Amino acid sequence: MKLLEDILIIDFSQFLSGPSAALRLADMGAEVIKVERPGTGDICRELYVSDVMIEGESTIFHAINRNKESYAADLKNPDDLFKIKQLIAKADVVMHNFRPGVMERIGLDYASVKQIKPDIVYAEISGYGTEGPWKDLPGQDLLLQSASGLTWLSNNIHESPTPMGVAVVDIMAGTHVAQGILAALFRKGQTGEGALVQVSMLESILDFQFEVLTCYYNDGRQLPVRGAVNSAHAYIAAPYGIYKTNDDYIALAMTNIPTLAGLLQCEPLKLFSNSNDWFAKRDEIKAILAKHLSTQSAQHWLAVLESADVWCAPVMDYDALVKQEGYRVLEMEINVKTGNGLTVSTTRCPIRVDGELLVSEKGAPTLGEHNEQIEQQFGLTSHLESVSK
Amino acid sequence: MMNLPLQGIVVLEFCQYLSGPSASLRLADLGARVIKIERPGTGDAGRKLAIKDLWVDDSSLLFHTINRNKESFTADLKNEEDKAVLYKLIAKADVLIHNFRPDVMGKNGLDYATVQQLNPKLVYAEISGYGKKGPWKNKPGQDLLVQSMAGLAYTTGNGSNGPVPFGISITDIMAGSQLVQGILGALIRRQKTGKGALIEVSLLESLLDFQFELLTTYFTSKQQPKRSVLANGQPLLGAPYGIYQTADGYLALAMMDLHQLADTIGCAGLKNFAKEDAFAKRDDIKRLLVDHLVTKETNFWLGLLQDAGLWAMEVMNWDELTEHEAYRVLQMEQEITVNNRAISTTRCPIRIDGELLLSTKPAPQLGEQNEAIRRELVAGS
Repeated sequence: MKLLEDILIIDFSQFLSGPSAALRLADMGAEVIKVERPGTGDICRELYVSDVMIEGESTIFHAINRNKESYAADLKNPDDLFKIKQLIAKADVVMHNFRPGVMERIGLDYASVKQIKPDIVYAEISGYGTEGPWKDLPGQDLLLQSASGLTWLSNNIHESPTPMGVAVVDIMAGTHVAQGILAALFRKGQTGEGALVQVSMLESILDFQFEVLTCYYNDGRQLPVRGAVNSAHAYIAAPYGIYKTNDDYIALAMTNIPTLAGLLQCEPLKLFSNSNDWFAKRDEIKAILAKHLSTQSAQHWLAVLESADVWCAPVMDYDALVKQEGYRVLEMEINVKTGNGLTVSTTRCPIRVDGELLVSEKGAPTLGEHNEQIEQQFGLTSHLESVSK
Repeated sequence: MMNLPLQGIVVLEFCQYLSGPSASLRLADLGARVIKIERPGTGDAGRKLAIKDLWVDDSSLLFHTINRNKESFTADLKNEEDKAVLYKLIAKADVLIHNFRPDVMGKNGLDYATVQQLNPKLVYAEISGYGKKGPWKNKPGQDLLVQSMAGLAYTTGNGSNGPVPFGISITDIMAGSQLVQGILGALIRRQKTGKGALIEVSLLESLLDFQFELLTTYFTSKQQPKRSVLANGQPLLGAPYGIYQTADGYLALAMMDLHQLADTIGCAGLKNFAKEDAFAKRDDIKRLLVDHLVTKETNFWLGLLQDAGLWAMEVMNWDELTEHEAYRVLQMEQEITVNNRAISTTRCPIRIDGELLLSTKPAPQLGEQNEAIRRELVAGS
């Protein structure tokens, strides 16, 4: 039995934060119905991305929305809304990521939905919470990274504040809302009560920084200082970082400096025997190391270090990674089929259950692809029909 | 006060450092009782791992950050008497989490097959570095190393930089989050079937999943995504997406119409580019913006952009953020008292039924609950 078998999720969210949560729940076995605006649908369908499109829709949309159904409905049309409410009456979870106030205006806020389905788990993601001066600002990933202090943690000190090159805020908020939904579904199984689950992108990206923020709260509020040389973490001592060899790059994690000096036969490093210096003089140490490592190949250094169990790794891009046996054995790539019969390669859910991969062949739906099927499956009727009966 | 969702759930945590412990911290905040099973004498190696040399007691502030709201029980996995006690504990637990390398739990008679006999309802959850087979299975599962191998370091920084890692332990945190999802899903299924589950997550798979948008695009195009030469925000996105220096700080610009941007900030040169050029000519476009935006203050630009409804934001540091009303209304900080000393940390980011999930329970001393837990076991057996 799948983990979330027989769980029905009605997802009103767009872009990445909410939809990534719904994707994970779908992979765990839930039935996810994406409610989309007729004509355009989830804005992510057309999100302009590096010219890589699949059937006129972005590759990103296909990655995020596989294993879901699409129901097109105009929430401002009373007939459509009437059907949506019938659907909600059968649902376990309703989720959205509209700005505060939007669901209230439509009449699908928590209080209203609770009238339709008293034990509903109602989950929402906002940008900055539901109160305060930023509550109406757009909840967009780069903007949240910028507001949250996150951009002062990556790259070297003389570089501009550097955003993380993956939509980390959306994804963290998505995992948090998924956790909240799952915990609430568990409680519902115990006590029968529903729940309101709320996450904001700002709170999620602050939680993501919990280790270093706690440091800041308790060290007299000193701002992080990125290293000047090969900085990989503002708070970690040398040699922690990525280094260029005479061909490729290698990564070195926490390691005892004199041990490293001996293994690499790097005489100048031997002077740094006091471990307190490894943080205080990290730039000096890393500059020496960088110069030394540039004299030989990545393979040479990795062989020396790996044989001594030093924490190190090659630095790979996707071209290098996908050729590795260690990547292939994971079977991370799956093929899904869209309603149009198109095959799309994407990644699978990273969780294994009872030793099995969670895979599904169902691709992302076309807009409104499942309207008829859903109306039949759940016996949805229009307002007029029900009045005439 | 509401019923916390995981009230009554007992979690045994056989973990060190961050990945597993961050998962059980979340479960604790959601209401579970989390017991760290630690090696006598030393405990979780994370106790001795400090940043900025900040210590709370015998353990670092970092350890206290990750392990608040938990209990500690010491047991030597190689000692038969201790093992017998652990088996009793396992028989009563709902969830067991570990992040040892493959085989360690098996050697100590604590693998899934063995403990499932003691407790068929147990949800057994584990985090490995790179999965349990293949040439990397015994490699150290360390955050920076997994970032480096998973291609992540080529997403961040400018094209002119070398690979730039994320300055936060993204790998550990993602794997911990995935594990929580798997555990909660298994607990939901258990309500219907009465049976436990084996939940497995690896650091590498979690980080590949994290890059699912980039990887799906790569699988389709077969082209390694390239960072823009300047103001890189995200390799897949066209101009102006990125961070720009102003006369007094930095400004972030997300996706927007180029011509509307040109009109809003008075940058006529942008009009020479067609909207379809936003990706292909992003470096030229960004160069124009770099030169233009540096001429005025952040607030000046932000006023224009926000009035026009364009997606822009000031780049802040923690001083600026934490003094802002928008931060204060979130009440993200909570205070915990350890040995009469107050420390501040963040709370769980999830709200349930409109309430914050707060806890004042500090991280445990090594073996702090040994006696209490032994008494409970004897009383309950």
